[in-house]
Amino acid sequence: MDFIIGHYNYWVVIFLMMAGFYTIISRGNLVKKIVGLNIFQVSVFMLYITMSTVHGGAAPIISEGVENYSNPLPHVLILTAIVVGVATTSLGLALVVRIKEAYGTIEEDEIHELDHSL
Amino acid sequence: MTHNLILRVVSKSLIPLIILFALYVQFHGDFGPGGGFQAGVIMSAGIILYALVFGLDAAEQVIQPPLLRILASIGVVIYAGVGIVSLFFGGNYLNYSVLADNQVAGQHLGILLVELGVGITVFSVMLIIYFSFAGRSRP
Amino acid sequence: MIDVIINVTLLAFLAITAVAIIRMSNLFAIIMLFSMFSFLSAGVFIVMDAIDVAFTEAAVGTGVSTVLMLATLALTKDQKEKQPVAHRPWLPLTVVIVTGSALVYGTLDIPPFGDPDAPAQTHVAPEYLERSIPETGVQNVVTSVLASYRGFDTLGEVTVVFTAGIAVMLLIGGRRRKEELEQPQGDPDDA
Repeated sequence: MDFIIGHYNYWVVIFLMMAGFYTIISRGNLVKKIVGLNIFQVSVFMLYITMSTVHGGAAPIISEGVENYSNPLPHVLILTAIVVGVATTSLGLALVVRIKEAYGTIEEDEIHELDHSL
Repeated sequence: MTHNLILRVVSKSLIPLIILFALYVQFHGDFGPGGGFQAGVIMSAGIILYALVFGLDAAEQVIQPPLLRILASIGVVIYAGVGIVSLFFGGNYLNYSVLADNQVAGQHLGILLVELGVGITVFSVMLIIYFSFAGRSRP
Repeated sequence: MIDVIINVTLLAFLAITAVAIIRMSNLFAIIMLFSMFSFLSAGVFIVMDAIDVAFTEAAVGTGVSTVLMLATLALTKDQKEKQPVAHRPWLPLTVVIVTGSALVYGTLDIPPFGDPDAPAQTHVAPEYLERSIPETGVQNVVTSVLASYRGFDTLGEVTVVFTAGIAVMLLIGGRRRKEELEQPQGDPDDA
């Protein structure tokens, strides 16, 4: 039982990761692919934060009378990764907009067909 | 959306609070949760709310796009500049301890300036991105 | 005990939302569900004591990214995803299941959730927690590590954000040319 509670977080995170991965590789719509990429990204964030947690620990803000803090280093890495993530996501979305303007579609199959029919 | 009265009234009273909260998060980041990344995003969310309710043209009059481009570079320059200044004071690059008389004051000043640079860059880049997307549908 | 229950419930909600996102084909609904997904994950971050991260995720994932995705949807005018005909679901499913089981096999050796003696907890983290107040006078250790101890890292991240902003501006900033507007399908020549 302890083993299951101790590893439940990791398994759900892996499930979410694989859900995102499946969306990326199985769907042809570019917007949906980007949503899948974001799900993958958030699940990686969750993996890091899961590793930083300490039982009974407080948030890493030093205050009197608190001895036990969670690990601040993964928080720092993920904090910056989230903002970089939204910037790169918006770059992907901008590419989707340009693809729509050039090809008239955002379905991968149709883009391939248009490319081969040239 | 520009004619929705309730939305206009509510957002008009919310936006100053959002911006005030963003400033609190920016400058209180040393003592509580917060910092430049969060403050920049919250501040840009306030302006994006304004643009959604009152229209893109009104928002672009509040903060003009050329100003945003300058601000985005200024943020990075502040960050890198703090590093250069600490070189001139005889420390390593981005070693803030030499910026003031004692180490703690120097670190405090350095962290404050660096977070300010981060906040300005994140704020203006988020708005640049939003304005690019929203302006694309304009005839 | 109560935080374990909250944690389990939130993670279950997250899993349900992810499955719903996979099964749906209405893009607007998918984006709204993704917004919910981000908000739930911000809740998970709060339960795991990562307040700064939860803060950022709530503002970025739920706010800014959703707005940007909706703007893309408005620009591309595709409301529904076409179901892929050429793709068979079993190949990606096999890949995903194999990768997932390899990762689950890897977790069997990981120290359990919240273990204070895990290797991640015993190396640099206590150093940061001890030295933050005497060396920088900053109570929020996340801020002192972000801006001071790992200042180079953050400088790089800020540059990445700046570069992404410039790239988006170059790609879709500014008005479209007239001939592009008249012929939105594009020439085969320039494709």
